[in-house]
Amino acid sequence: MTPNTLKDRSEEYRSIRLRIWCAVSLMLIMASGLVVRAFFLQVVHHADLKTQSEGNRIHLQTDPPVRGLIYDRTGRILAENRPGYTLTLIPERVEDMEWTLQQIGQLLDLGDKDIERFRKRARQARPFNDVPLITRLNQQEIALISVNLHRLPGVNIEARLLRHYPHSRITTHTTGYVGRINDRELQHLDPALYSGTNVVGKTGIERFYEKALLGKPGYREVESNAHGRVLRVLRHVPSVPGRDLSLYLDLDLQKTAVRALKDKRGALVALDPKTGGVLALVSSPTYDTNLFVTGISQTAYDALRNDINRPLFNRAIMGEYPPASTIKPFVALAALHSGTITTDYTIFDQGYFQLPGDDHRYRNWKRNGDGWTDLPTSIARSNDTYYYNVAVQMGIESLHDYMKLFGLGRVSGLDIASERPGLVPSPEWKKRTRGQPWYPGETVITGIGQGYLLTTPLQLAVATSIIANRGKVFQPRLVQPASTAQSGAIKPIAELQKDDAYWDIVIRGMRDTVSRPIGTAFRRIGKGLEYSVAGKTGTAQVVEIPRDIQEEKQRVLDEFHRDHGLFVAFAPIKDPQIVVAVIVENNANAPVPVARRVMDAWLLRNSNPANARKGPDSDKGS
Amino acid sequence: MERDFRNRLSREWSLEGPPSLAYRLRLDLALMSMLLLLCMAGLLVLYSASSKNMDIVTRQVLSISAGFAAMLLIARVPVRYLQWLSPLIYTGGLALLLAVLVTGHGAKGAQRWIALPGFRFQPSEIMKLVMPLMVAAWLCPKTLPLKWSDIIVSLGIIVLPTVLIARQPDLGTALLVAVSGFFVLLLAGLGWRLILGALLMALPSAWAMWNFFMRDYQKQRVLTFLSPETDPWGAGWNIIQSRIAIGSGGIDGKGWLMGTQSHLDFLPESHTDFIIAVLAEEFGLIGILVLLVIYGMIIGRGIYIALSAQNRFSGLIAGSIILTFFVYIFVNIGMVAGLLPVVGVPLPLISRGGTSVVTLLLGFGILMSVHNARDSRIRLE
Repeated sequence: MTPNTLKDRSEEYRSIRLRIWCAVSLMLIMASGLVVRAFFLQVVHHADLKTQSEGNRIHLQTDPPVRGLIYDRTGRILAENRPGYTLTLIPERVEDMEWTLQQIGQLLDLGDKDIERFRKRARQARPFNDVPLITRLNQQEIALISVNLHRLPGVNIEARLLRHYPHSRITTHTTGYVGRINDRELQHLDPALYSGTNVVGKTGIERFYEKALLGKPGYREVESNAHGRVLRVLRHVPSVPGRDLSLYLDLDLQKTAVRALKDKRGALVALDPKTGGVLALVSSPTYDTNLFVTGISQTAYDALRNDINRPLFNRAIMGEYPPASTIKPFVALAALHSGTITTDYTIFDQGYFQLPGDDHRYRNWKRNGDGWTDLPTSIARSNDTYYYNVAVQMGIESLHDYMKLFGLGRVSGLDIASERPGLVPSPEWKKRTRGQPWYPGETVITGIGQGYLLTTPLQLAVATSIIANRGKVFQPRLVQPASTAQSGAIKPIAELQKDDAYWDIVIRGMRDTVSRPIGTAFRRIGKGLEYSVAGKTGTAQVVEIPRDIQEEKQRVLDEFHRDHGLFVAFAPIKDPQIVVAVIVENNANAPVPVARRVMDAWLLRNSNPANARKGPDSDKGS
Repeated sequence: MERDFRNRLSREWSLEGPPSLAYRLRLDLALMSMLLLLCMAGLLVLYSASSKNMDIVTRQVLSISAGFAAMLLIARVPVRYLQWLSPLIYTGGLALLLAVLVTGHGAKGAQRWIALPGFRFQPSEIMKLVMPLMVAAWLCPKTLPLKWSDIIVSLGIIVLPTVLIARQPDLGTALLVAVSGFFVLLLAGLGWRLILGALLMALPSAWAMWNFFMRDYQKQRVLTFLSPETDPWGAGWNIIQSRIAIGSGGIDGKGWLMGTQSHLDFLPESHTDFIIAVLAEEFGLIGILVLLVIYGMIIGRGIYIALSAQNRFSGLIAGSIILTFFVYIFVNIGMVAGLLPVVGVPLPLISRGGTSVVTLLLGFGILMSVHNARDSRIRLE
């Protein structure tokens, strides 16, 4: 090695050393960058990131409340909660939706409709919420899915309580049903109360008593890992179950009524006149409310919707029918109370009535007339001419006010959703809604319950119970008060002016309707009546023809043109225990036998061993 | 220097009798003890990060033991032998990389492993060490200033394995291997103007990388780095969760084995690339600082060895190894802390990974060998 190269070499060392020192300073700068970053995250942003870390770890799980049960008056269950297993998917956790659905399809019976419905729900679901795919899995299906769960991320089997109606076709229009919360409901439901609950009362008692039945959700503070698995519960605030409801309704009576109305379109309301409690409330045809709990299929729903007999329509509270002749006892009472007539008011019926200065003849249903007719006979014979006279003498204003007193033309306030008010017309009403003056002829036909007058079966039952109670008005109720202390305090909400003579004579007319051969219900009520009945028949002309009937269904159309039959009654007369209002569409003869069956079932329930023996589950699907 | 030299003499030679065991083993005790300390700390964190998986920890202990054995072995090999052997090792390394591309075992769509009976290893990891050796061996005999031909051959030496590793694809390792080669070139005396020029060239070449070399998932990583919140459930998850883990640790941490982010599986890759987040979560800022101090002491010792190297090759090798070591640390922590895009770089001697541990310790073995060369000269005097 020459000294020259040696010098070069030392030069090179220096070069390396210089560069290493440069690198050292660069490293110090970069390292301080790391320290600054660590300080920034761990000191400056510590609080915020700590919160995020807790948010990762701790989740609030709602503990949904158990929905209150519904019992009939004897404690038989009408609405309960049954554990059901549902296959759910959390779309956000599913890696490949198509593949997953295909895999499930291979394991279980999965129709295109199910998938379609699932997709629709998935689109509407809140993020990271489970969307049901198949409800009510059986044990074998649960086993099949369970062994495959590990390879199906995002798929779960969820056990939750499903609402069940053990007598779904009997209590269809009273209990109503719960169904999945839809978009519209979601907007006005309190999210705090409904977290963890995915159903809400849609109709009937379920809807009216939603708040009481729902209860209050509790929650669990849980620690879960990144895969959403719960590791431990940190805190648990238990939920408060919903209130159980006991109805006045009697399941056996309700069954009798449903069977009596089977294959008919119609409704029946039976009240206990002493309390206003609803003993039976039926709209026929009925349907299976259980279908709605987990979401009814479109086909099944369409079938119900398009059914010409309109099973979804609750005729008992929403069906507005002309009361026809069933209005006559009330008109008579109104005329007596207002002093228009006296108890011995009598007319000679020649078969028609004429307004002064008008040659139009308002005919009695019996063309050649009933001759001399007093008040009881007018009711028993259902004489039209008598009431044409009375109505015209009273005037529509007075008639309107009295009909309102009987609870017609307004909702009764029964504790059920969707009640309709019916209609008691007045000149003022006609002016307001149609812009037309009131014609005298309209007063005439109002007297026999035709024209604009519309009542629901419930209203007729409530009004009839006022007669049964001789003026005492009770608020109709489906649900019994929560405590016996309260039930002891059930009092009439009003008392119509009391004059026993007026009530006596009207009730006599109604008794004659049933018990005397001249009475319109005499033949239909049948033989062997073991108690006294006061009643009134009615036959309403059908004005409306259902829109959705096609021309080729002429035979059906004819049927739909027939008159509606009505019957109101209470029994026994001395100590009324049941009031019944029945309407059967397009069948004028049916209501009286239906009412007889129901009254028999109620009044003779203790003397009829067959009835007493019958268990609550003996026939579910009548 | 002079005082240090004397101190050393007095420390190592004032004692009468036979030379110490450390000396006979040609060990640098200071470096050795700091590395041991680091590895112990690493095992502690790994135990927690792997959710108390003793299997993983045991294997790491085996790797560390093998690494230390390799370090002891190579520390005895004089540096000049390495210089002679470099071309051979380099060629062997290239062959292994080719073999990986042909028969390699994949993980997550990338082929990085070669399986031998009993164990498997990543040739790309070994290349991290072979690269500076080869470049230094090539540049060592050259005189300054470097000729263009020398530089171009060096670049060839660097680019060839880099491309092979990038094809696996393993962009992170490829870049680090290239970096270890470049450090030699820089230390060897690459003209300042050239360095400046290269920096200016960085932008267009980044463009070329983006368009021609990078795979979709690699591009995704860069994009996600730039805005992790755009995809919080997907690619942004790692970045967001590691930031939460570090930040929630605070100054003193949640305590050993108490990190919720890692133990509840929110933090992915918690025992490999993201292990620093576990340390930060459980030991806080204090833990980070202690770790950085240990690293700093190791690097300081390495710098000292490089500065006092006896010849050019030793200096280049030592400098390059220690600089590359720093880059690993910086890139890994920077990545986990959200300063750099996510590239698969383990945290040296802490992250799980046998090949990486052995390679790193081998590197420190070479440093010791460099150190020994000087000591042997002292002895001659």
